[in-house]
Amino acid sequence: MKATWFMLTMIGKDKPGMVAAISGALADHGVTLGETSMLRLGGNFTVMMMVSGAEDEQSLRNSLAPILESQGMCLHVDPIEGGLHKHVIPNVHVTVSGADRPGIVSQVTAVLAELGLNILDLESDVAGTEHKPIYIMQITAVSTLDIESIESALSAVRESGVSVSVSAIETYIG
Amino acid sequence: MALLEILQLPDERLKQVSEPVEVFDDELRAFIADLEETRLNGPAAVGIAAPQVGMFKRVVIIDCSTTRKPVPNHGYMVLVNPEITKWDGFEKGREGCLSVPDYTGNVIRATKITLIAKDPYGEPLQFDMEGYEARAAQHEIDHLDGMLFVDRVVSRRTDLFKRKVYQDGGTGKKS
Repeated sequence: MKATWFMLTMIGKDKPGMVAAISGALADHGVTLGETSMLRLGGNFTVMMMVSGAEDEQSLRNSLAPILESQGMCLHVDPIEGGLHKHVIPNVHVTVSGADRPGIVSQVTAVLAELGLNILDLESDVAGTEHKPIYIMQITAVSTLDIESIESALSAVRESGVSVSVSAIETYIG
Repeated sequence: MALLEILQLPDERLKQVSEPVEVFDDELRAFIADLEETRLNGPAAVGIAAPQVGMFKRVVIIDCSTTRKPVPNHGYMVLVNPEITKWDGFEKGREGCLSVPDYTGNVIRATKITLIAKDPYGEPLQFDMEGYEARAAQHEIDHLDGMLFVDRVVSRRTDLFKRKVYQDGGTGKKS
């Protein structure tokens, strides 16, 4: 039988023990994890996880209710299509950095979208100081275009004072 | 010639350390031919190591001449009893493995290496390799030591510079 997957989104003020509490509650109810992303953003711990093995959304919510309260987390549940073993291997890496200002992500990703590039992973952060913030972004993507075409399409962004570098990801398989 | 079965995780035999080749005979060369046939059959495999097919001998094959964008390379190479004698620099790059289907991850490898080995007839070889090809050699030699790339995968947030300082402070051989 095909597994039914849910995507759980949980957020709460970061403190030690959150992952153990969540995964413990799920394991105790026979729920298994698929691909997950868990990271600290601005003092909050954010969790997105694919889970399967739950009867329905309500039973998932019931399994998690006690620890959500003790951990001070909120939960969002979505039934999802798809499943495991659907990985796509990225072939382009884009690094962006510059003095922080509104619109950097929009400016860069608008160009990439226009080129038909598919973003698999984007992480961005604000470094520097409060007075001189620096925006740093790493994009991992798939594209059928060569690096030079992507590079030249981004020249307008570069002229606006943001530094952008594009490199090919040549995945070694052996 | 024959296609050999590729061991996949969680097969414990992938953790086994391989023995040096001592006899360079027709049997060895026949095995190398089968290993190459198996590599070419693998989806997009650039390299392969003998222990991946359950032969625990220090033999690897790499061929970095077919990348999308050409990289410095020495073409098709059979390396018997390979040993890295010099390392320089560190860089992060993406790897996958025939023994770990459906997973790729970033691994830190030396940028430049000098490698000595024997050819299938026991004649000495020496190569200076860089970048992708140096990565290939390090990935395959790891197999000979029972090490898989998944043991070395770093977080997407790993700061290469910090890691590099740490590495420089170590022996420079194994992380």
